[in-house]
Amino acid sequence: MIAYLIRRILYALPILVGVNLLTFALFFVVNTPDDMARMQLGVKRVTPDAIEQWKHRHGYDKPLFLNRAAAGTDKITDTIFWQKSVSMFVLDFGYSDDGRNISHEIATRMWPSLSIALPTFLVGLVVYITFALLMTLFRATALDMAGVALCVLLMSISGLFYIIGGQFVVSKLWHLVPISGYAGGLDSFKFVVLPIAIGIAGSVGASSRWYRTIFLEEIGKDYVRTARAKGLSELRVLFTHVLKNAMIPILTGVVVVIPLLFMGSLLTESFFGIPGLGSYTIDAINAQDFSVVRAMVFLGSLLYIVGLILTDISYTMVDPRVRLS
Amino acid sequence: MSFMPVILLSDALVFLLLAAVIASVWYVRRREHLLLPWRRVARNPTAMVSLLVLSLFVLVGLLDTLHYRAALPEMNNGTTVYSPQVLSLFDKLVTPLRTHTEKTYSAPLAVTLYAKESVIDKAGHVLREYPRLRYGGASLTDVQQRDSDVLRRGLTGALTGLALGLLIALGSRRWLARRGWPLRALLIATLIISVLIGATINLATAYHVLGTDKVGQDVLYLSLKSIRTGLIIGTVTTMVTLPLALFLGIAAGYLRGWVDDVIQYVYTVLSSIPSVLLIAAAVLMMQVTIDMHPQWFATSASRADMRLVSLCLILGVTSWTSLCRLMRGETLKLREMEYIQAAQAFGVSPFRILTRHIMPNVMHIVLISLVMDFSGLVLAEAVLSYIGVGVDPSMISFGTMINAARQEMGRDPMVWWSLASAFGFMLVLVLSANLFADAVRDAFDPRLNRTGEAV
Repeated sequence: MIAYLIRRILYALPILVGVNLLTFALFFVVNTPDDMARMQLGVKRVTPDAIEQWKHRHGYDKPLFLNRAAAGTDKITDTIFWQKSVSMFVLDFGYSDDGRNISHEIATRMWPSLSIALPTFLVGLVVYITFALLMTLFRATALDMAGVALCVLLMSISGLFYIIGGQFVVSKLWHLVPISGYAGGLDSFKFVVLPIAIGIAGSVGASSRWYRTIFLEEIGKDYVRTARAKGLSELRVLFTHVLKNAMIPILTGVVVVIPLLFMGSLLTESFFGIPGLGSYTIDAINAQDFSVVRAMVFLGSLLYIVGLILTDISYTMVDPRVRLS
Repeated sequence: MSFMPVILLSDALVFLLLAAVIASVWYVRRREHLLLPWRRVARNPTAMVSLLVLSLFVLVGLLDTLHYRAALPEMNNGTTVYSPQVLSLFDKLVTPLRTHTEKTYSAPLAVTLYAKESVIDKAGHVLREYPRLRYGGASLTDVQQRDSDVLRRGLTGALTGLALGLLIALGSRRWLARRGWPLRALLIATLIISVLIGATINLATAYHVLGTDKVGQDVLYLSLKSIRTGLIIGTVTTMVTLPLALFLGIAAGYLRGWVDDVIQYVYTVLSSIPSVLLIAAAVLMMQVTIDMHPQWFATSASRADMRLVSLCLILGVTSWTSLCRLMRGETLKLREMEYIQAAQAFGVSPFRILTRHIMPNVMHIVLISLVMDFSGLVLAEAVLSYIGVGVDPSMISFGTMINAARQEMGRDPMVWWSLASAFGFMLVLVLSANLFADAVRDAFDPRLNRTGEAV
């Protein structure tokens, strides 16, 4: 197990290097730091002096890969590539344009993100799977057809509609919860309940339909016939036997997103004014704060790779036949 | 010449795509085995009604793709000067909708503005009242007559539409029946659609059917213009996805070895970056490039268009990985098949094996994945435009409409019509695309057991 994990982590390294190189190319080679400076300072009427100052302030006034002016190892380390890209491997993301430490921001902002994303994920999973199992229970009847039709309808509605509509009905018409905002501790409940509900409603269509196809594939297998022949009720067959056996395909899609929950949701957080990583990213995009966006890209892929490793581990937990070697 | 045709980059791509579609239709029509799954789609009432709705959207989109620049009336030393404004054939057809702009917001079918203003009457008194619209209901002398006028116009329009719809239905009934297409569903859909279109057209000549937005533009016009943007995002993106996924996927699966390793590495790296973030990063960089080179673009339309095409390119580059993985898996399976081994034994070149024996056998996966992706891309456009990494703010799209209307949520009474129209049009487009995609998947999926099915 440990040997497997170490090997997986070693496999993940080249991928992270690839992500790093890709973002580096995207941010520094496609456009020069001069272009970025001009963009930030306004395209017209910008003096070369101001550009130099901006570059110096943000540490972009260095050569890309090789600093010929420096001595010793500084030749390599005193460059944009080393300071902006390689340092991300030790989770040192540098400073954002307004001078704050990005790593520190991430550490404080991931908790509000998590307080919405985690309940959405857990409650959502229960809701989707229950709905899908109920459709499977009534398969090939009018009820099932209506369920599928509802799913297709729900998944055809834009995610923005759920948020805007939900805010309008629940907060503005019924005055049940505040439209947006966030508070720490127990007070946060009234702020997070609507985003959570909307998050679940937004993906109930696509997810339930997907789980339904998984369950329908399982239901034709021999063990289901055996279970029925033993005289088990259909409910029991579905909710215990089929559910357990459908775990592998379910886990494949589910476990991988768990680490990404830290990143929060861009849309939900910006609409509800949650001070999480999602709204941090969106603010950075709007302010064209490239260092924050770069940090988020790297963090996102790091978490995704962690998710892939977790998926493999989770297989061993639900299926004793799977051995990690 | 009184106008100069303009072919924007996206127009050229659309024409290319159209040519490809026509060519493949022509190719498939002559091959019975390829036609078979399409016959199954054609027998599905839901699919055909969705297709009918989709083709109306496509028609609007295509009309909106034929761009031109009108000549200005003044002559400069005998040379014609063209207007910097790029219009489309669709704009020309709905000129009243485009030019009849009000001062600011007005509700659907309203005759007055949404907010009160100070108006000076004939006697010189200053009154606070709702000013009349310049165009909406301008023919009415009394505001009270509006309801009866709307009803009359709507009904006449609906009846004209019904009559035309009946004509079309009767005319095409034979033709439909001969092909075994679902007659009843199609006829009912035709009637409903023509009634709706008839009523809308007749009302739109005198009113703003879906109201006006902040700068007084007709919301119906904006919604119709958004269709092209949505369709382009949904289709042009596949022009990037398809070659990448198809060639790399098949190459990885068939050649294996280091080619497979490299391709797998590339798509693992790309897919490990959360797509929204990758798109955001790429769009930000593209924006810097476009802003730094204003000399590249003759008109603001061509700049916005460049951004649209780049967005498609970026969406394509970030979303080919899943299809590529499917292609690779399927090719790995196919290359062990006996007929491939036979071809290899006969000394057929690898290129020929790939094009003649493997490619046709993975096309059903390609097709299913393309139609399934379409609706997701249309929805993604709205979200990306909201985040600020979507289409150019000057380009009319569902995303920019929603974005502009969102700020008006707080007003009282609420300005709901822009949002409702954008979401409504998007829902119809995406829903019909989803339903059609489902039918295509069911018809092409070889895993479904179809023994004993009549052909």
